[in-house]
Amino acid sequence: MPKAMLIDITQCIGCEASSEACREVNKLPKNGPKQLHADTYQVVEQIGPDQYVRRQCMHCLNPACVSVCPVGALEKNEEFGCVTWVGDKCLGCRYCMMSCPFNIPRYEWTSPNPEVRKCVFCLERQQKGQPPACAEACPTGATKYGDREALLKEAAERITANPKGYVNHIYGQTEIGGTSFLYLSPVPFEMLHLPGSLPTEEMPEYTWKVLSQIPHIVLIGGVFLGGMKWLTNRKNEILKVDSKPGTGSEAPADKEKSHE
Amino acid sequence: MNKKIRLSFWGVFAILTIALGLVLTVLRFWQGLGRVTALTDAYPWGLWIGFDVVCGVGLAAGGFTIAAMVYLFGFEKYHPIVRPAILTAFLGYVLVIFGLMFDLGRPWSIWHAIIMWNPRSVMFEVAWCVMLYSTVLALEFSPVLLERFKLQKALRIYKAIVIPLVLLGVILSTLHQSSLGSLFLIFPEKLHPFWYSPLLPVFFYLSAIGVGLAMVIVESFLSFRAFGKQIEFHLLDDLARYMVAMQLLYATFKFVDFRNRHVFHLLVEPGPEKWFFFLEVGIGILIPVVLLTVRRWRRDPRILFAGASMVVAGFVLNRLNTSITGFERYHGFAYFPSWMEICITLFVVTLGVVAYRFAVKYLPVFEH
Repeated sequence: MPKAMLIDITQCIGCEASSEACREVNKLPKNGPKQLHADTYQVVEQIGPDQYVRRQCMHCLNPACVSVCPVGALEKNEEFGCVTWVGDKCLGCRYCMMSCPFNIPRYEWTSPNPEVRKCVFCLERQQKGQPPACAEACPTGATKYGDREALLKEAAERITANPKGYVNHIYGQTEIGGTSFLYLSPVPFEMLHLPGSLPTEEMPEYTWKVLSQIPHIVLIGGVFLGGMKWLTNRKNEILKVDSKPGTGSEAPADKEKSHE
Repeated sequence: MNKKIRLSFWGVFAILTIALGLVLTVLRFWQGLGRVTALTDAYPWGLWIGFDVVCGVGLAAGGFTIAAMVYLFGFEKYHPIVRPAILTAFLGYVLVIFGLMFDLGRPWSIWHAIIMWNPRSVMFEVAWCVMLYSTVLALEFSPVLLERFKLQKALRIYKAIVIPLVLLGVILSTLHQSSLGSLFLIFPEKLHPFWYSPLLPVFFYLSAIGVGLAMVIVESFLSFRAFGKQIEFHLLDDLARYMVAMQLLYATFKFVDFRNRHVFHLLVEPGPEKWFFFLEVGIGILIPVVLLTVRRWRRDPRILFAGASMVVAGFVLNRLNTSITGFERYHGFAYFPSWMEICITLFVVTLGVVAYRFAVKYLPVFEH
């Protein structure tokens, strides 16, 4: 069962302890930009009086970025749910950035050897059995780490226990086939700047529907074009025969067929 | 006298563009993409992908279109334009790959696509098709070199494999011309409905054939003016008809698609997108189709040239709209390329024109 995070907006006090821990663990500059950036993997944004939302990679279950990368430089760790970037492979085409439905990956625009940078869901810490730094740092439990299924169950229970306090939806449960980061909110999710009308279909499906047709296109195209060539040859032969009255009705051998 | 001044003007223009391009190339690789481009985390793709790559591949579609007509469909009379069409296509693909080197963050890793596979990626497929098809184009163009250096044996081998080669080229082109459209299928919520459609691969394929024919016409005229090469007007007249037919077929698909997806009402909603769309359809389809359907007009070389040029312009608009304009509503702000981005694109195009001139001058491209 993949790991996940449950983020409860009602419990967040905007202390930014998670952001600080994130900078420390990922060795990012302490005074980096206050928005997602190649030097900032996670931010806590104020969205209203006493309301805050954290932003970082959602670590989709079937991520668009992983599917679009021509060289497989983005990897999904099935055990821990982390989506990570493999520097040795990347060409720098930035299709991952274009395709992200949450607009998360950031680029090192001023580097001659640029990296794609974003939250890695603390893969190394998780492999050592530790929780991600942000979850460990959160003093209120607004960010909770655990098994995805257990967290979904808990989120549903929180909504049932306090139906007036929450929008009746767990963001990330079904969006684009599900994400590892799940959100509970007292206000509509659009107000958290989370895209509101995402399809429930997994993003890679949109391109796979066409890609999976390639063998058919090659087969049909090959037979069609070969057939056209054969017909053309046949036409030319008939024209030749017609113009030479002596050789009349003898059908010419289909040598040209071998072209196909 | 007059002609000499014209030539030297373009000569000076070419030299200046190439000089500036070289300076900006150094800056680009020394200080990174952010130094020379207007690209941001919101718009990681800009002019270089939208024009140099997406337009470039489409504009080179004349190569496979003419090759298919002559070698597979038996339109022997177009033989005289096969070579210039193949040359343009080959140079086009070389330029696309060259231009891509500027856009890729780590261009020295481009060969990774050969050994690090991701078959779920449209771009992986496009990369392979472009690689293979560029090789096919080089082979298709090889008889020009073989004739120039009188290599009879190699020419005989070429003649034996030309049909399967062309067939392979047409299939590879079909795959990647359409797949360039499939690249955008992963943006269902980002790309404006004028340009997003599940039929994107079909649209990209049909419009590539249309613009491939248009490019052959435009190029014949330009070659005529620049090198005094003879144009065979009756051939271009026929090509224009096929081009009109392709544009109409494309327009019909677009109409049916708009109706099925209930997009028509967006044409009266506020926002700049609809003007870009009208411009694209007006210049690329409406006006050229009207102009070139009337036989008397079509047989006027100036109108034929204007019509084909408009199809090219409309195509470029469509690709730029699909890769740039169509994202503006989603982001809430626009991207416009920096002057340095534009200069590097001009640099790439200029290199192509210069290479074409040299090839035509020193190689038997135009058969007589």
